[in-house]
Amino acid sequence: MEEMNKHMPLAEAVARHVKDGQTVALEGFTHLIPFAAAHEIIRQGRRDLTLIRMTPDIIYDQMIGMGCAKALQFSWGGNPGVGSIHRFRDAIENSWPLPLAIQEHSHADMAGRYQAGASGLPFSVLRGYVGSDLPKHNANIRSITCPFTGEKLAATPAINPDVTIIHAQKADRAGNVLINGIVGIQKEAVLAAKAAIATVEEVVDDLEAPMNACLLPHWVLGAVCHVPNGAHPSYAHGYYGRDNAFCKAWDAISRERETFRAWMEKHVMGTKDHAEFMKSIGVAPAKAANQ
Amino acid sequence: MPDTNTTEYTATEIMTIEAARRLKNGTVCFVGIGMPSAAANLARLTHAPDVVLIYESGTIGAKPDVLPLSIGDGELAEHADTVVSIPEIFRYWLQGGRVDVGFLGAAQVDRFGNINTTVIGGDYAKPKVRLPGAGGAPEIASNAKETWIIIKQGKRSFVPKLDFMTSVGHLEGGDSRAKSGARGKGPTAVITDLGILTPDPVTRELTLTALHPGVTVEQARANTGWDLKVAERLGATQAPTAKELEVLRDLQARTAKAHGTVSSE
Repeated sequence: MEEMNKHMPLAEAVARHVKDGQTVALEGFTHLIPFAAAHEIIRQGRRDLTLIRMTPDIIYDQMIGMGCAKALQFSWGGNPGVGSIHRFRDAIENSWPLPLAIQEHSHADMAGRYQAGASGLPFSVLRGYVGSDLPKHNANIRSITCPFTGEKLAATPAINPDVTIIHAQKADRAGNVLINGIVGIQKEAVLAAKAAIATVEEVVDDLEAPMNACLLPHWVLGAVCHVPNGAHPSYAHGYYGRDNAFCKAWDAISRERETFRAWMEKHVMGTKDHAEFMKSIGVAPAKAANQ
Repeated sequence: MPDTNTTEYTATEIMTIEAARRLKNGTVCFVGIGMPSAAANLARLTHAPDVVLIYESGTIGAKPDVLPLSIGDGELAEHADTVVSIPEIFRYWLQGGRVDVGFLGAAQVDRFGNINTTVIGGDYAKPKVRLPGAGGAPEIASNAKETWIIIKQGKRSFVPKLDFMTSVGHLEGGDSRAKSGARGKGPTAVITDLGILTPDPVTRELTLTALHPGVTVEQARANTGWDLKVAERLGATQAPTAKELEVLRDLQARTAKAHGTVSSE
């Protein structure tokens, strides 16, 4: 069936679209974080990635700690409501397991950079960074004078990832993808990218999308993968809640290199896919809301 | 007569309650996670039912039943007036000038209310402690009509010189903020567990203007990393009322239950 051609297993989508050395964005603002896809990238042993993400939280802690990344562009790196992400800190403070070159921005700026990328513009303009030290440490934060008012504004380069990966609630058979709830930066991140992968909670005959819904048409996506619970321990609105207990437990798991590695070896490297991963960590998969 | 409180309360509780009291009904408040969120929701649940809470995850008019653990919890979206994208929240609503109060936390502040949330110690490339970073704060601090900072006071948090300047306050004091291109009044209040600091109208240096019940000027001085200015007519905040404490504790208990452990706030 021709309309099925965007649907494929996650392992195949990652093998096909994510290559060593690429610039890769996995997005989702607390909500719909594509954990299953990150785990697959780790399993396939990708290296030298330049990772982009507004909020590198547990998902990038895992990728950085497993040695996937050489560089990171971001605007807030922590475990929300819990504290530090220890693998991220260890990489910055001690270059473990590898040095991590960081390029640091603010949220408003990262959002604008994705918008510029999605708009085919070379840079983004914002009322930002007034008085901040960030431009002193990031040569990509520059300024521009408005040709109409003479105002000085911040200017930063567009983001155009080689690959953007997102998670969403639903896809239809053709591969159109619907996102509900906190939609974050996913639409811009997908449209800014050269290729995009969406993992989804369920595949349905009819998306029943409201007229103004956040919908990504199949023809902007390179792959659509059916991965139930693919955002866990993040959440999928209407399907399952955020696993706050896991997010808190991550603090102790990740604090030391040895416990982190052991956990990743057992639950990610030691499992073949996300369904096995969920079983391995002992979390009962959520039932799809519509079933 | 206001109902008076005779029960014990913690320093964190009076800090949260005093911050909540300042938030007027109908104010549009861009809320940071943690202590700002606790105070803003306490205001909403007590004297300011129509306060408009905006979180950077894109939720406008959020009415969470429990405090969110992250800035993008589903709880925020569930009861919001509307949920918009991240570019929209920062461009139309924040940079567009729709926010009355930006309510922020910080790791360090200096005497002009400038904020550090990036690194502590060492240098930027090799910090002693790497903090989460800027998030939305630089643009909240420079685009909201005014900002409030809620922070526990101590020599490690109230520093003579920031290890890193993440978000602008009154810059170098005087008219330096006004000249910088930042919009809004900047920090109009710093609410701590010891009292309230407000900027001097001319120099913009943070001045201790009120103490919480039982706190002394000496305590405030001992917990400030610079020579603290104290207002000639030093005010006093009111002890929490029984009602304020009840609502706050109910909120914290609901939150702790929902998150599965005792809240640290």
